[in-house]
Amino acid sequence: MSNLPTMTDLTRLTAAETAARIGRGEVSAQEVWDAYQARARALDPVVRAYLHLEPAEFAQVDSHPDPVSGYGAGGDGVPPVPASNVLAGVPYALKDNMSVAGVPMTCGSRILAGFVPPYNATVTRRLRAAGGRFMGKTNMDEFAMGSSCEHSAYFPTHNPWRLDLVPGGSSGGSAAAVAADMTAFALGSDTGGSVRQPAAFCGIVGLKPTYGLVSRYGLVAFASSLDQIGPLTKDVTDCALVLNLIAGHDPLDSTSVAGAAQDYRAALVPEVKGMRFGLPREYMGEGIQPGVRAAIERSVAALCEMGAIVEECSLPHTEYGVATYYIVAPAEASANLARFDGMRYGYRTPHAGDLRQTYDLTRSEGFGPEVKRRIMIGTYVLSAGYYDAYYLRAQKVRTLVQQDFAAAFERFDAIIGPTTPTTAFGLAAKIDDPLQMYLNDVFTLPVNLAGLPGLSIPCGLSDGLPVGLQLIGPHFGEPTLLRAAYALECALGVRNPKPPIQIPDVAKGGATV
Amino acid sequence: MSITAAQVAHVAALARLDLDANASARMVTDLSTILQYVNNLGKLDVDAVPPTSHALDPQANVLREDIALAGLPQAVAVAAAPAASDGMFKVPRVVELS
Repeated sequence: MSNLPTMTDLTRLTAAETAARIGRGEVSAQEVWDAYQARARALDPVVRAYLHLEPAEFAQVDSHPDPVSGYGAGGDGVPPVPASNVLAGVPYALKDNMSVAGVPMTCGSRILAGFVPPYNATVTRRLRAAGGRFMGKTNMDEFAMGSSCEHSAYFPTHNPWRLDLVPGGSSGGSAAAVAADMTAFALGSDTGGSVRQPAAFCGIVGLKPTYGLVSRYGLVAFASSLDQIGPLTKDVTDCALVLNLIAGHDPLDSTSVAGAAQDYRAALVPEVKGMRFGLPREYMGEGIQPGVRAAIERSVAALCEMGAIVEECSLPHTEYGVATYYIVAPAEASANLARFDGMRYGYRTPHAGDLRQTYDLTRSEGFGPEVKRRIMIGTYVLSAGYYDAYYLRAQKVRTLVQQDFAAAFERFDAIIGPTTPTTAFGLAAKIDDPLQMYLNDVFTLPVNLAGLPGLSIPCGLSDGLPVGLQLIGPHFGEPTLLRAAYALECALGVRNPKPPIQIPDVAKGGATV
Repeated sequence: MSITAAQVAHVAALARLDLDANASARMVTDLSTILQYVNNLGKLDVDAVPPTSHALDPQANVLREDIALAGLPQAVAVAAAPAASDGMFKVPRVVELS
């Protein structure tokens, strides 16, 4: 017994380490499942990362198979997904905007309370076909609109590093669950930073893949030209492992790109000699917390010591990214969320007389304040007389943002900088000031506007809180990002860092399961 | 620039949202602040810049073969509806009888 890992030790392992131990027969998939379930049940009453946790009992057979008919069943035009045993029973969590047939999906919204989707997202099918075990659905800002998880209609999630801080958002539940070892890895979605920013705040690895690399089929749409699903993992190796499983062409998503996926684990080489990195001066200017700046400077020094070349550069339209995003994304959201009308699924008001009132009251009672705000902005900028001044102009500035990056990638293999200007902020600190909340995403939004891959890795601590470093690459430049991230992970000695949260602390606080 | 209460009411009607007095007042403030901020884009000369239509280089249109595939069975498709009857969505009366 003594040389076998204890239950708690098991949950500290990465997905790759866990799969290897199961593969060698040192532990069973059930022991891993039991360990994660026990930890999630002990910690989640205070972290509150999960909206839905699967039953604790280990299911000998898959408890959520594809439905026997309809989309996702195969044999009816739905393509098969690659089968393997790469995950060998490793548990994973999904942000609650990705569909698992038969499991409630709320998107953090009251308007979808009680909704049970009839088919599986492509990412769900892919992770299951690779031997993954579905742990549960994680909390999020309503319809992925937010940067703190406080816009969930259900409850806020707490940062495992300090419970009075936000975990970031909108994939805050996924990030907190991974950081607190309540799952081996998770998926999130990233429309303006919603994977990378919570990964940075929680001290884990988060990737926003190139637009089109991962299928969006079964992901509830927020802003369709920006949304992309990405992994939240304990280290860079797991990021490559999970990306291998979810990347690939899917005929069910018309924006999915064929022939782009590759073996990302081949990029895990700690060798950056001769690689060129651009450090945008706009990313290191005023407003950057000193401890964040210091951690990024240490990382740049580490890259240089390994023989990489880091030069200052400029992305001159960075300051316009937030304004561009807050026209384009709400415009798309106002169209995408028009489907929530109380007719085919979700909530319908009991207080209405006629049809029009049913629409108006269903949506007003079902959507929270931030979602309403975005629908209003989007409807306004698309309305007659304002389209040219707002939406068209924003799409033109979006081209300028893309051109900034294209020019930089003529000189550099990747861009490097902080993921966020600050470390995690306090619960309730920004909830009443939407613009301040938006400005938190200044370094992540431009990446979505340009459809580029962005990878956030933990690069150190500032006042005891994790600092995220972001690497940005050209389209389909994920291997370059993973290679640089892997080298930095080795050089900085920051791999799979653990927050101070402990089960005994929680027990002392009187938490109940 | 700021937005008026009448404009908020008009946009809310377009968006099928019913805002009470408090929510309307808050919306006037929030939208004015946000629109003032996004008006920064007016500083840029974009006359000669083409608008973005896709985040990647232009993609070819994506079509599939025109063959019938199975969809969700009717019972499954209506299972999540707030009201259904005989395999159909049940909705409030649309046409008033005269």
